[in-house]
Amino acid sequence: MLDNPQDTAPAFAGAAAEPQPEEASAPKMSARDVCVYYGDKQAIDHVSIDVHTEHVTAFIGPSGCGKSTFLRSMNRMNDTIPSARVTGTIELDGEDIHSSGMDVVQLRARVGMVFQKPNPFPKSIFDNIAYGPRIHGLAESKGEIEAIVEKSLRRAGLWDEVKDRLADSGTALSGGQQQRLCIARAIAVDPEVILMDEPCSALDPIATAKIEELIDELKGRYAIVIVTHSMQQAARVSQRTAFFHLGKVVEYGHTSDIFTNPREVRTKDYITGRYG
Amino acid sequence: MSERSTPAKLAPTRTPAFEARLKKRYAAEMRFKYAGMSAVLVSVAVLLFLLVSMATDGIAGFQRAELRVPVDFSATSLSINPSLAENAQIRSLEGQGLPDIVAFAAQQALGEEAANELNSEAWRTVASAIAADPAVMSGKRDFWLPASEDLASALSGDGKAALQPLAQQLAANGKLDERFDPGFMLRSDATDPQLAGIWGALKGSILTMVVTLALAFPIGVLAALYLEEYAPKNRWTEIIEVSINNLAAVPSIIFGLLGLAVFLTLFPNFRSAPIIGGMTLALMTMPVIVISGRNAIKAVPPSIRDGALAIGASRIQVVFDHVLPLALPGILTGTIIGMARALGETAPLLLIGMRAFVSTPPGGFTDNATVLPMQIFLWSDEIDRGFVERTSAAIIVLLAFLLLMNGLAIYLRNRFEKRW
Repeated sequence: MLDNPQDTAPAFAGAAAEPQPEEASAPKMSARDVCVYYGDKQAIDHVSIDVHTEHVTAFIGPSGCGKSTFLRSMNRMNDTIPSARVTGTIELDGEDIHSSGMDVVQLRARVGMVFQKPNPFPKSIFDNIAYGPRIHGLAESKGEIEAIVEKSLRRAGLWDEVKDRLADSGTALSGGQQQRLCIARAIAVDPEVILMDEPCSALDPIATAKIEELIDELKGRYAIVIVTHSMQQAARVSQRTAFFHLGKVVEYGHTSDIFTNPREVRTKDYITGRYG
Repeated sequence: MSERSTPAKLAPTRTPAFEARLKKRYAAEMRFKYAGMSAVLVSVAVLLFLLVSMATDGIAGFQRAELRVPVDFSATSLSINPSLAENAQIRSLEGQGLPDIVAFAAQQALGEEAANELNSEAWRTVASAIAADPAVMSGKRDFWLPASEDLASALSGDGKAALQPLAQQLAANGKLDERFDPGFMLRSDATDPQLAGIWGALKGSILTMVVTLALAFPIGVLAALYLEEYAPKNRWTEIIEVSINNLAAVPSIIFGLLGLAVFLTLFPNFRSAPIIGGMTLALMTMPVIVISGRNAIKAVPPSIRDGALAIGASRIQVVFDHVLPLALPGILTGTIIGMARALGETAPLLLIGMRAFVSTPPGGFTDNATVLPMQIFLWSDEIDRGFVERTSAAIIVLLAFLLLMNGLAIYLRNRFEKRW
């Protein structure tokens, strides 16, 4: 996924120049010794990671290393897989997401998710966005719903393209527009964390650039976690990067450090394209 | 260059053996194409034969032999109370001697011998006409009245040999004719083919189908949703799945025995009623709906479920807001297949008593009734010539009802169809 050649060389500089609100604030989500099993097979092995608000955290690593599995356990989407089992603790604002006090529906409303393949509902663009606020009762009147739809689409940078055809089916949009629609759908319920599972892997470079721009704008508001196979993308959009390998986190730190000065040999080999 | 042209250097895809195989592959393709085309032709021919033979026989079933009888009301003193219901008016006219008036008019117009061959219920046609419009009682009017069963047979060339010359003579004078009989769609079963109609059986079928749909559709869809979306995948659900698949393959007469043993034991007063027939057929239709429903639900892409779950929809919201609407076209297709099978079913209904002779259309779900395929079965059993044509006409009504049901389902399916 080499997009724009001019991006590759100075990519790290941009990320490094970001003001880094160090460990001043408590982490939004914090995972400790998380293991995930599919039946007898262990997919994630004692992973501990903190995710901060106003940060983009990137998960990189070769296919099958458990990035997506870990991401899906952060909003308990793994619950839908009967054989999946999670141990260790994952906390959202200090509260264990597996505790009895945490409702899974409420958790997913607070921790939204965008998937690898754009998956708009086969309903109108308007209904795609309005569905979340409606089921959560976030709006009383039709006017409020309309306001939420417009705000979400504007934030997702899609408003100008679709404002005249909100009644059209969401599936009639192009791939990149569909993915931004899915992002708008996720932010319409005003989540605190947005998990993105390779959101650009099905998109062309132009659509990818738009999504990356959008991620950059959104990070001021949310904690964003993005799984990506593109090293350049991780370098461009994230402030922190975790390198996964064989179910373990090999290295986790500031993106600039990971890419310019990795501590581990495996990280260095991976980001320089030696394997993966 | 010379090296390349030696035969040993030919690429494997350019050898004679390869080219021979290529020819064979094309020949196989052509053979397959012609085999497929002839299969389609055979099925179209069978369908055409069925439709043409049905239509030619069936059109006669919508007709009946009728005699032209001019009735002069000026000499009579019939009175009518328009506030009464139609049946009461007809009874009142019978009491005032209308049957005799009609018989007398027939004797005058057709002569003694032909008048004897007027259907004994012919006066009812006149009575209905009066009830519909009392103005017909002023002056003289021509009525086409049903002939007797024997005369009708004679007109179509069989039956009693003695009546055939009379039939031919009356027909030649324009006093006897095969006329379109709209009453066929309005009357019910009768022992006389001249007076038999299909409405009772049609209404029985409609009522039975309503009960079947009302029971089988919700139960089938809920079972399919539960098995696909909620049930844990273990040995028990596997056993249930196999049982449902087997249930769909159970011969229909077994369901009839079940209905007899269970439903008629529980509700002995509802023998022959659409409600029991519908319950029995629902047992038969439900597994078909469950199986097609599960397949339709399985075909809904998991990404849609993920998308809804990820914005915090509960499982029931995922099921009813997303999965069910997307699966509905497939479920409807399965439902219509099951309902079509139930509509054409005779065997299970034989056992719960829906083969009774019912001469009045059922008023509700608990009245005695029969259904279209049963009516066809009963009429086809009659030796009377007139019932052969009535049977064909009933088959046409059954097929038309089936087409209507299928058309409705296709319309609904297209309405709900959404692409993802």
